[in-house]
Amino acid sequence: MVTKTNSSLKECTPIIEVSELDFAYGSTQALFNVSMDIYEKQVTAFIGPSGCGKSTFLRCFNRMNDLIEVAHTKGGNIKINGVDINKPDVDVIELRKHVGMVFQKSNPFPKSIYDNIAYGLRIQGIKKKEILDQVVEECLRSAALWDEVKDRLQESALGMSGGQQQRLCIARALAVKPRILLMDEPCSALDPVATAKVEELIHELKKNYTIVIVTHNMQQAARVSDRTAFFYLGKLIEYDATDTIFMNPNNEQTEAYVSGRFG
Amino acid sequence: MTTKNKPHLFSYDLSVKRKTEGVIKWLFRIATYIVILAAGYLFANIIYNGSKAVFNVRAPFINIDFLTQKPQTLHVYEPKLIYAELKKINAQQVALRSELKGLSLMDDIGVASIKSKLKTLEQKYEELDAERKEGRLLFSDTEYRKLDQTPFSEEYTYSNYAYSGGGIGPAIIGTCLLVFGSIAIALTLGILCAIYLSEYSRPGRVLRIIRLSVLNLSGVPSIVFGLFGFGMFVLFFGWGVSMIAGWFTLAIMALPVVITASEESMRAIPKGFREGSLALGASKWTSIRTNVIPYALPGILTSSIMGIARVAGETAPIMFTAAFALRDQLPWEGLNEWTDFFFQGVMALPYHIYVVSSKIPQNEYTRDMQYGAAFVFLFIVGFFALSSIVLRARVRKKYKW
Ligand SMILES: Nc1ncnc2c1ncn2[C@@H]1O[C@H](COP(=O)(O)OP(=O)(O)OP(=O)(O)O)[C@@H](O)[C@H]1O
Ligand SMILES: [Mg+2]
Repeated sequence: MVTKTNSSLKECTPIIEVSELDFAYGSTQALFNVSMDIYEKQVTAFIGPSGCGKSTFLRCFNRMNDLIEVAHTKGGNIKINGVDINKPDVDVIELRKHVGMVFQKSNPFPKSIYDNIAYGLRIQGIKKKEILDQVVEECLRSAALWDEVKDRLQESALGMSGGQQQRLCIARALAVKPRILLMDEPCSALDPVATAKVEELIHELKKNYTIVIVTHNMQQAARVSDRTAFFYLGKLIEYDATDTIFMNPNNEQTEAYVSGRFG
Repeated sequence: MTTKNKPHLFSYDLSVKRKTEGVIKWLFRIATYIVILAAGYLFANIIYNGSKAVFNVRAPFINIDFLTQKPQTLHVYEPKLIYAELKKINAQQVALRSELKGLSLMDDIGVASIKSKLKTLEQKYEELDAERKEGRLLFSDTEYRKLDQTPFSEEYTYSNYAYSGGGIGPAIIGTCLLVFGSIAIALTLGILCAIYLSEYSRPGRVLRIIRLSVLNLSGVPSIVFGLFGFGMFVLFFGWGVSMIAGWFTLAIMALPVVITASEESMRAIPKGFREGSLALGASKWTSIRTNVIPYALPGILTSSIMGIARVAGETAPIMFTAAFALRDQLPWEGLNEWTDFFFQGVMALPYHIYVVSSKIPQNEYTRDMQYGAAFVFLFIVGFFALSSIVLRARVRKKYKW
């Protein structure tokens, strides 16, 4: 069973290749020599105790760490579709269109539902109503939100429930047609029902997108991901097929963590 | 007395504790009452005295002339007989008063008799004064020039008083122009600066120094701004005493308020909005333009407009830079080129109040002008404050989170 999953995983092509990444905030290093490949159209989960660098790592993929003054890459590189994203000739705007992100705290803009989804296109200068209408519907459908909100597209997004808001953020990220979707604890503020919906959605989206998700919830990682990476104190301890990580981990620390003995 | 409780764990030491509590509470209360009284007296005084000049008993109830006309010299004809009589009484009063001072305090009967005499004189004076007010003729400059024939000099004594007739029209217009212009300049400059400080600058020593100097700027006395504006804009730039010099002087004075308010409003916008839009591929400026400024705008506008309206009420910064004591033409009259509009001095309410209160001999006729101008001025400042609040409510309705 495990070997079968492994063999099926091997057929995939890596879309993100990280080699020997060292990353630091000022003088404190947050990531030590991390190397891993993330595969196309799979869900990859990052797990590990708080402060181990999961978010930091995730935010390297769309260079959101650029916003933090003291953050810098000390060594190694990240290639997405074969391009080193830290090269000076990389347009970070194009990169972020390619690599979308959903945040832990859902952050719908205080605009209407429609305007939230259309935002990504409008800032690219797309103003045609037909195109916007079409994309809005498409994205809301992909985020399994269309039926719930189709009658109140012009109402404020802040009037939605927490789970709906988070799915709206996912839909908003989809509108700019990314290939990769980064999710940093997308369900940490949601109740079980809303969480189940988001998980279902992730499952659906896997067909078209590569998804990297950070989660503190072991069951969630086990449920939604194909591969799981376990981090501890800024180091990648183990990275393997999810089944292997949860049922038959190689590393003692990994086993201790997934079985709930520490962390 | 049967209900008197036995002392227990939490029983009150009535005598001392309650007394100190009570005293402290009253201290706070009295301080508050003093403030309320002062504010109430100020408003009541200005509204009471000012409304005499601004309102009319007859329709249309508002003294349109006062609000629209230029300040003029008031020409007064008073009935000669009454006038002479009043003067006589006045002289008698003065004489009696000095006599009263000369008497020793022991002389009870003498003091009492003089006091009663004074009282009757006072009554008589008041009656005559009312008669005089009834009988006198008042003319503003324009009316005076139109007269075919001055009233008979046998019957009337003539006197005239500068700035005591006409109205404050040009000063109202000038003040509004000054306020609008300085709001425009201060908002533009201040918001740009605040965007840089809150969104672009790197935290560190330089930023702290900039902030500190902005804060210090708000502590500079207004007269110093006036001098600065005079040296910089009027003399060095050669703009002369002009509206544009006043705009810039007032705007610079209002900048600290605008910058601080704008920076605070922008900082209050959750980081998630910025990150959210950046993650969607927005450039930094796009993100600020679409996802920071619109939400910060209500806060920026309210605090800034209030602050600027306050500053625009200052006399000192405009008295060397923009204000004329008297100007016959309205700002749009007699322009050779449209640019001349900016390079002309204007009348302004605060300066006008200053002039009529301290630069001309005081008399019964100037009083109405002073208070009338103060009343209108309060009204205008209040209007700006109110409109900024309304503006905020409207923008906030559109964007809230
Ligand atoms: N903006 C920052 N400036 C300085 N240090 C930071 C910053 N953000 C994170 N760090 C440090 O980097 C390390 C990794 O943080 P990170 O947020 O990546 O952890 P995490 O695994 O996402 O934790 P959690 O599960 O709690 O979200 C931590 O030690 C943290 O203190
Ligand atoms: Mg995190």
